[in-house]
Amino acid sequence: MDEAGSPKKLPLDALWRARTSKFGDFAGYDMPLQFEGLIPEHMWTRQHAGLFDVSHMGPCFFALPKGHGLEGEHAHKKIASLIERLVPADIQGLKPGQVRYTMITNADGGVLDDLMIARPAEPGAAGDLYIVVNAGCKHQDWALIEDATKGEANLVRADDRCLLALQGPKAREVAAAVIDPALAEMSFMSVKRYDAFGRLTVTRSGYTGEDGYEILVRAEHATELANALLAHAEVKPVGLGARDSLRLEAGLCLYGHDLDPTTSPIEADLAWTIQKRRREAADFPGAKRILREYELGAPRKRVGIRPNDRAPAREGVEIVKDGKTIGIVTSGGFSPVLNGPISMGYVDAAYAEPGTGLELMIRGQARAATVTPLPFVPHQYHRPKKGA
Amino acid sequence: MTTRYTKDHEWVRLDGDIATIGISKYAAEQLGDVVYAELPAAGKSFGQGDDMAVVESAKTASDVYAPLSGEIVEGNAAIAGENWQIINDEPEAGGWFVKLKVANKSEFEALMDEAAYVDYVKGL
Repeated sequence: MDEAGSPKKLPLDALWRARTSKFGDFAGYDMPLQFEGLIPEHMWTRQHAGLFDVSHMGPCFFALPKGHGLEGEHAHKKIASLIERLVPADIQGLKPGQVRYTMITNADGGVLDDLMIARPAEPGAAGDLYIVVNAGCKHQDWALIEDATKGEANLVRADDRCLLALQGPKAREVAAAVIDPALAEMSFMSVKRYDAFGRLTVTRSGYTGEDGYEILVRAEHATELANALLAHAEVKPVGLGARDSLRLEAGLCLYGHDLDPTTSPIEADLAWTIQKRRREAADFPGAKRILREYELGAPRKRVGIRPNDRAPAREGVEIVKDGKTIGIVTSGGFSPVLNGPISMGYVDAAYAEPGTGLELMIRGQARAATVTPLPFVPHQYHRPKKGA
Repeated sequence: MTTRYTKDHEWVRLDGDIATIGISKYAAEQLGDVVYAELPAAGKSFGQGDDMAVVESAKTASDVYAPLSGEIVEGNAAIAGENWQIINDEPEAGGWFVKLKVANKSEFEALMDEAAYVDYVKGL
């Protein structure tokens, strides 16, 4: 929000307004919610390529101070050790050009935000990290990072730039044609800089379950890039509405809904984000609870749920078994691909096994539903064959 | 036949003491593709403004309020049969929700006529 309390305009505001009038305030930004329609935009992304403006998010660079005197691996280990004070992932172990999904945890083992941390591929950028946090948490996160690492590193916000996500099975072809042929060869969860449209920082990642890219571009080059992408026959603009249904089908968490300061990464079924080195060191905020739950299991678990009939079960719906409340829906809606309702929620661990029958209390009526493996729709990430 | 509207975007047409009720074209457009709807059973009574039905799009769930007090005599079989597309295709015709036997016809006269509703929507 600005001082008057009205939401901030995106650098590409005019470009989107020429294509839709459906905007909404999201984390203090006036964001395009919908273009052609939520379902057609969703299906277009699954079959072609959708272009999303996610410039409300919090990209930043976190770097050792100038003249740090460290080189290569040493510089990386130093900057990584600083950010590891806040997150449970093995950041020191990142290879050049590798991206990891992780969480900022609190002393009680709850999640304060989920985020991406990337180690730049370029040798000249040793000692830098590229970090993208959630829109609604960015001010909190940046303050936490600065407080925990005062004087040891510098955090440079990049949220005056544009962050565009290109997602879908045609994203690879489009990105290679419009930006650089080398984008086709990037593997999932990698990062690279490109000298095109000014200078781009590109990660092969996304929030839809599809192959795709998230592209950080300076505001003065953003219109040119967005227009070049939109000029491709396989690309259409997609709003935040379809972004939510896409991530839900992909079983991905939305912070503030599926994750919050009381939820642990283990409850959220994100144990895979805490690598062995960190589990052994037990040196991250909330390690006591998180590692206990890692060993013994959490009392509740995030699961996928499919209602047996057609009524969507949205956030806040109570989950019941044999007349007893056993959990709550944290995200729910309609899946265009499955042509039916889907939900995610937390249930007591005893009821987390796929196939378990339970009931959803929708408008005072108990309706049958079934625990379902996540994701609802298979991920289509680009992972080249690994040697080891 | 006169169609009247509520501020919550229901429409009503009165034939004798039977009101046909649905959601306006504007409401259907705002909602987007309907993916679920729930109608009240025949015989159920509602006061004016009570929650009467539910309509959901991919985006959101919306309550449909009884624009008049009365008793449900019939639900739209197409909607009950899960043909929700009809709500988007013909919101103010084949996509009607329910027929209601009205208790108090003066409630109908107090609703907005089409011209007033068009003005109302323009101001939103």
